[in-house]
Formats: sequence, structure tokens, C-alpha cells
Amino acid sequence: MTKAGKKKTRLIIRTIVLLLLVSAVVYTIASKDKVKVLAVGDKAPDFELVDLEGNKHRLSDYKGEGVFLNFWGTWCPPCKKEMPYIERQHNAFAEKGVHVLSVNIAEPHLKVETFRDQYGLTFPIVIDKSKSVMEVFNVGILPATYLINKDGKIEQIITREMSEDEIISFMESIQPE
Amino acid sequence: MSKIKCQCGHDNPFGTVLCERCGRPQTEEAKESKLVDMRYEGSARRSQTYKRSIIDKIWNFFSSVKIGISIIVAVLTTAAIGTIFPQKLYVPVSGEAELAAYYERLYGIPGTIYYKLGFHDMYNSWWFITLIGMLGTSIIIASVDRVIPLYKSLKKQRTKRHPSFMKRQRIYGEGPSENPDDALIEAEGQLKELRYKVKTEDGALLAEKNRFSRWGPYVNHAGLIIFLFGILLRGIPGFYVDETMWIREGETRSIPGAEGYYLESKAFIIENYTKEEADEVFGDALERVGMIAKNYQTDVTLYKKEEGSLPGSNQTNFVKDYSIIVNKPLKFDGYNVFQMDFRLDELKSMTFKLTEKATDASFGEFTVDLTNPEREYELDNGARVILSDYYPDYDGIENGEPTSKSPIPNNPAFIFKMVTPAKPDGEMSFVAIKQTLETEVNDYKVNFVSAETRDISGLTVRKDKTLYLLLVGGIIFMIGVSQGSYWNHRRIWIQKGPDGGLLVAGHTNKNWFSLKKELDKVKDAANLPSYEDRQDKESNLDDKEVDKI
Repeated sequence: MTKAGKKKTRLIIRTIVLLLLVSAVVYTIASKDKVKVLAVGDKAPDFELVDLEGNKHRLSDYKGEGVFLNFWGTWCPPCKKEMPYIERQHNAFAEKGVHVLSVNIAEPHLKVETFRDQYGLTFPIVIDKSKSVMEVFNVGILPATYLINKDGKIEQIITREMSEDEIISFMESIQPE
Repeated sequence: MSKIKCQCGHDNPFGTVLCERCGRPQTEEAKESKLVDMRYEGSARRSQTYKRSIIDKIWNFFSSVKIGISIIVAVLTTAAIGTIFPQKLYVPVSGEAELAAYYERLYGIPGTIYYKLGFHDMYNSWWFITLIGMLGTSIIIASVDRVIPLYKSLKKQRTKRHPSFMKRQRIYGEGPSENPDDALIEAEGQLKELRYKVKTEDGALLAEKNRFSRWGPYVNHAGLIIFLFGILLRGIPGFYVDETMWIREGETRSIPGAEGYYLESKAFIIENYTKEEADEVFGDALERVGMIAKNYQTDVTLYKKEEGSLPGSNQTNFVKDYSIIVNKPLKFDGYNVFQMDFRLDELKSMTFKLTEKATDASFGEFTVDLTNPEREYELDNGARVILSDYYPDYDGIENGEPTSKSPIPNNPAFIFKMVTPAKPDGEMSFVAIKQTLETEVNDYKVNFVSAETRDISGLTVRKDKTLYLLLVGGIIFMIGVSQGSYWNHRRIWIQKGPDGGLLVAGHTNKNWFSLKKELDKVKDAANLPSYEDRQDKESNLDDKEVDKI
């Protein structure tokens, strides 16, 4: 090999080695915090839960339509506060192809039933008894709302109490045309 | 890049100290010194060859041992700072504001500075990881830069060296010899007996043993790199899981970090040593502290979700029953579930009795399961109690409505509707612990009878696919350490001098004493000229004194 050729190979090898090392460090820093967290734009994982009447609900049942997926608990004050708004907008948006699916986290049937009757809720309420859906969706604090569009992709994740206006705009954002 | 042409006619690369072929000193410094620096055989380290492009400059930066040591010092210092106050992981609060307050409250101004500088999450900070990355880079580049030239120059070393090379060795002797050719043959035989590899060339001899010892440090560094790589892999999903889960007796929960697996807790068992069984060993201690734990155990059943079924559906298949004991984890699919913690006596169910206030006559007892209460309880004589609502963690009344602050039955409260033949429409009663409220005066009441409790197991879920890689890295590291420590690379040169005498020189990377001992044997056998250790003059004197005696 000529001198110039040798020099060039050496430069290329050194550049590749350094780049590899730098990318390893960058990757480690970047992956540190967000290990397997569901993100906006990801496909929402399908699940199957049973509602208060014993009917099975699957997320994939709503294919082609928007789903307003709300995780909640009867003991959580902000969850209670937003429930009447969700109920009203559920009625307004049901015909426009946006459905509310409400997931209670592992509470007794009696408790959820009493709550539903007290608030007059008409959308399907399912109970995640083993907390496995909560695990899959990486729900940390309640309330947590996932907006899922007609393609089954997560449009937005809201981990706080919502006002009625917000709920309206959220539901509009996943309304199929 | 200029080549250095040696007197022997060999072209040496820039930075060479000793000619690659004959060993003549090439630098002014080496020419003037009495002893020559034999590190890397006087060959040019690769980093010294260029100082041109930016890549070469970065390369040379990491190739420097000084820089490497500075990085190690920086890593050690920062790692040590991280141990001054507890790390974020071990602090019982979450959220930035609470963390700041926590460090300030417990550690004052130093705590605040500690928090502000980000030392509370030292080992996850980008700059700590960057430092570790720089350490890895330094190890790789510095090793590569040294091991390749060293390997090459040892591989192509000549048997016959120039006398100026011999003269500058630490062990050196010259003197007349009666029959240099015979002496060389004798020496060769003796050296072979000492298990040296001997090469001869034109009245010169090179004996060498344990060259592989020179690779020890590089093998060691390779082990370190594998170790660091293993740590790096932990960041990739699927390689490393470290989660905790709390599971109550009777509950079935999905296992965090192990998707598709469910664990049911059958029972939590805690056993203490009794005075009778362990008097000899723990007798005194039992008297002093009262209780000594013998066993913490969680009896579990593992389920796996049906292939293709969805999260949440209860189509699960039984996998196995197991008793998790400390140090005996439940093992499945690369996961280990360890017994780590427990909480005793959380309320599980409460038993009540319905009585008539006036006569104290009872309609019988009923039990409310606090995790899954029923709506109606049938009692004797046509009476029944309807559970209208239930507050597991009753926290007072807000806006005329009882509230529960969590779903955990820490302080259960109930609204009962008591239906009796005398009051078919029912009477309402609010029952909490040590408290009963009535909207109007009732004829009947619900009395608390007894409660049942259950225990909660704290389990840790671990999976570490990098463990074997770390083990391999560690083993390679130790192989490198022993390779470099327990063997020494020894070389002995003997050649005919210009005036019919003999020149003797020796070199080792460590343990000069043993080299001299072996050289003494060769000297005696082959009648070689005596040599001296020119760095340790005292040892020469000792030898002479020994000779005299």
C-alpha cells in the first residue's frame, strides 16, 4: 500500500472507532430515562377487559374510530371532577365516532358500580383487576388519559385533570373524518 | 512523516527510540543515556506518528497515559462525591420540588448545593456517563496504540543486536573468552534447560521466555472493556429489569417488567426462632431483643398468559407453585423474583352483627370482604343488610359526602341499609371504625365483631442478561492480571564482541532478581564474562561478597 493510502485507511479507521464510542455514550445517556415507555405516535397496545355487566371490551373493537381511554379510581379527586364532563362529551361525540373507554384500576366491583350509578355514567367502564393494562400503558398517576386515533395510534397522553373545554378539543382531535 | 534511517540501513518510523532492526539508539537522548528505556521496545507508539488532522489529535489525546490517569481520577472523585449524601433513588420523596426541599431540610446549605449541582443523581447524569465513556475510549485507544507496535517489534526482533544496544541494557557484561564459540553452545544448552527459547545467528544468541506476559495488561484492559460494554447493554430494553412489586395474600397481579406473567400470592409466612429450638445459639440474643426471624416466605403461583391473548383478559395458564424464600428466588424465563420486604396485618375482611338496639337481640353476623365486598348480606329472621357504599380509606366528609383517600383498606367505612321485618323500607347507618352516624334515630344497629387481616409481600423482580458478560469480562480481567503478574518476560543476549570477547546483556519487564539467578547459572555453565546490574549497584557488591565467602 502506498503511504498516502495507508494514511487514509488509518484516518478512516480512527474516525469509525471514535464515532462508535461517541454513539455508545450518547445512546446510553439517551436511553437512561425512557426505557419502554409508551410515547405519542406509538400504536396503542390492544387489551381485553370486562365491564360491570360482564361484557368483554377490546381496544381493537373500536378500530377505525377514536377512543378516549381514561384510567381512573373512585378515590382520586381529579378523576371524580372530570367524570361529569366526560359523560356529557361522551354523549355528544358518540355519534361522531369518538368513544369513551373508562378503565378503573383494580377497585371492587361494588365500589365502581356505586360510583357509576351516583354519577349516572353511561359509557363502558372496565376494571383492570390484575393491573396488567395499567402496566402495559405505563400508567403512573391518576387520572391518565390516552387519546387514540382511528389508526390505533396514540395521539396524545394527558396525565392531569382536564376541563370540559379541553375534553371537547381532545375528542375533536381524534374524531375520524 | 519523515523516516529515521539507522546506520544499519533500516528505515524506522518517526518517534522510534531504538532501531527496529539492530537496536541502535536513534534519539539524541537515547544516545547520551547509559541505560535505555525498553518500554514498548523503543518502538514508535502509533500516536506519535502524526499530528495532523483533528481526528488524529483526538486520537492522540486519548492515547496519552497522563490523560487516562486524569480521567480515572475524575471518575473516582465524582463517584466518591456521589456517596456523600444519599442518591435520589434512595430518597423517600419524588418530584423536583420535594427533592430540593428534602436535601435542604436534611443537609442544609451543602444539601442544596448538592442538589443544585445534580449530584443527587450522579450515576445517571450525562456527564458521569460521558466520563465513563471517555475512560472506555482511553482504555481502548491507549491499548491499541501500544500493543500493536510492541507486538510487531517483538515479533520481528533480530537475534543480533548492535553492541551499542547491548551496552545500554541494565544487565550488561563484557570480557574476553577463551573459546567464544564453545561458550555460545554451552550457554544455549543451559538456557534451553532453563526453558528459554533460543535463536542463534552469526555468532549471536537470543534467549527468550514468557513473552506472553507482556500481553497481560492488554488482556486485562480487554476484560475491562467487555465489562463496560455489559453495563452499557443494561440500558437496552430486555437486557436488564429491576422492579419491585407489592402483592397481598390472595391477590393476582401482573409482574412488572415481565409482560405476560402473573403472580398470585397464596400466603406470606414469617417465622421466628423459639426459645426451645434455638436456645444454644440465640438464647442470649432472644432474651435481649425478644424476636429473631427464622424465615420470610411468600407462597406463590405463577401464571403465564395464554399465547396470543390480550393483556387484561384472564386467559392464563398455570406455570408453577413455588415458595419464595430469602435467597431462594422464583426463577422463570431469565427472571428472578426475590423476597425483599413485607407488611403485616392489612385489613382483609370485617365481621359485623345486626342487632335491635332496645332488646340487643341479634339477627346474626355477616362478613364484608374488603377487597371485593358484596352488595347484600342475608341474615336470620328475614333481615338483610345492603351495603350502599364503601370507603376503604375513609378521610372525613367533604361536601356532605364521605371520601376515601386511597383504595387501600386502611380505615374502612361503610354505609349500610338495614332491612328488617319491622322496618321493610330500611334504616341507613354510616359505620366507621369507632364511629357510627345515623341520619335519624334508628331502631337497629350494625356492630363490629371482628376483623381478619392479611400480609403483603414486597418482592423484587430482576432479570440481568448482562451478568454472564460481566462474568466473562471479570474473568478475562483476572487472566490479564495474573498473566502480567506471575510471569515475567525475560531475554538474554549473548554475542561475540568485536575483539574476540563476549558481550552479555539481559532484560526483563519485572523480577530482575530471578533473571540474574538464571543468568548466573548460564554464566557458570558456559564460563561467560561477569556482568553487572547497572541500576542496582548494591546487588553487585552483595554478589561479590558472597563469592568471597
